[in-house]
Amino acid sequence: MSAKPQRFAPLSDSIAQIGACTLFLFSILAAVPRSLLKPRLLIQQIYFIGAMSLVIIMTCGLFVGMVLGLQSYNALSTFGATEKVSTLLALSLFRELGPVITVLLFAGRAGTSITAEIGLMRATDQLAAMEMMAVDPMSYVIAPRFLAGVISMPLLASVFNMMGILGGFLVTVSWLGVDSGTFWSNMTDSVALGKDILNGVAKAFAFGIVSTLIAVYQGYTTPATSEGVAYATTRTVVFSSIAILAIDFLMTAFLL
Amino acid sequence: MSQKRSFQFGTGLFILLGFAALGFLATQTTSLANYTEGATYNVVGHFTNIGQLKLRAPVKIAGVRIGSVKAITLTPDKLDAIVTLGIDKRYVQIPDDSAAAIFTSGLLGDQYVGIQPGGSPDMLKEGDQFVLTQNAMQLEELIGKFLVGNDSPKKDAAAKPAADSADKPASQPNK
Repeated sequence: MSAKPQRFAPLSDSIAQIGACTLFLFSILAAVPRSLLKPRLLIQQIYFIGAMSLVIIMTCGLFVGMVLGLQSYNALSTFGATEKVSTLLALSLFRELGPVITVLLFAGRAGTSITAEIGLMRATDQLAAMEMMAVDPMSYVIAPRFLAGVISMPLLASVFNMMGILGGFLVTVSWLGVDSGTFWSNMTDSVALGKDILNGVAKAFAFGIVSTLIAVYQGYTTPATSEGVAYATTRTVVFSSIAILAIDFLMTAFLL
Repeated sequence: MSQKRSFQFGTGLFILLGFAALGFLATQTTSLANYTEGATYNVVGHFTNIGQLKLRAPVKIAGVRIGSVKAITLTPDKLDAIVTLGIDKRYVQIPDDSAAAIFTSGLLGDQYVGIQPGGSPDMLKEGDQFVLTQNAMQLEELIGKFLVGNDSPKKDAAAKPAADSADKPASQPNK
């Protein structure tokens, strides 16, 4: 008998989730000024979310740049246009791969830990205890994590891009023998500060907002069971990935 | 206390690294990098056609980059292009009867200004002008010349098959 409502539940559920998530964003933004009075919490979160993600971001950036250099060198050598490899490398990194791969890694590395931490706080009634002591969890727990994620993402994406360029340089110049001057001059000729680099930073900023919002929201609204925390963590990664790739398409369509 | 310190240190390091990376991207991988050339002196060349020459295109002697195109303007009366070349101060020994020509790197690559050194004992100075210049080669013009030049001398051959006339330009230089 309850089969019918259940079948229609996913659609109305996800619409309701999007709505609740948006409202949650407003309540975070309202809590941000109060959380800034405690800068130590923010610094601690930037350390956990941003600085601790550096290793994975740098390693992955290096390898992505190396693979990109290798693949584009192979493809371009059929046309004898290997000197354009740095253009391809830089533009694909700055415009797309940098922000997108960084935020996917970020959702896996930092988003899951945010969700699990807040979810466990919910499951073990720590959030309720804070409210009992008239300590607002929004401004002490949620807002610092959200702000730290939003601040960290553009910086992490920049580090990723830089490592990608260095990785591509290593492969194409040091191993495959592209001229180093040609590599840099072709890159500087084709990359624009506003259109490529700042658009990439804007993307990273937007992705940071979305993925951190999903992470804190999933943690905050998790069912107070260990199973609930597990599901919430999974949902953080799944929803972040879907939302980010969809938003990436929209932003590319507008920014291009 | 020491733990708090290490948080602050790590966070500070991360933020510095992030902004350093952004600074690296902004200055080393964009056209901003070309502004950080050493001291230059400017020489001027007049061209009737510069083709697709762009600002900051390289200036080369013997294939070695010695400077870049600083400005491209038009003379109001003679309607030819004035190209201002910024040449690195390290290369001051360029004879003043050198010729400037606009070349294309590769078949379809970007255009650059190549300088063919002359033999004069006097060297180019700030504000000097190239006496000899050679315009950009226009691929369309060249193709147009081939087509027209092939047709005009022998109008009677117009009825010949297309494949035959296409072979003509290639065989002519060999004679």
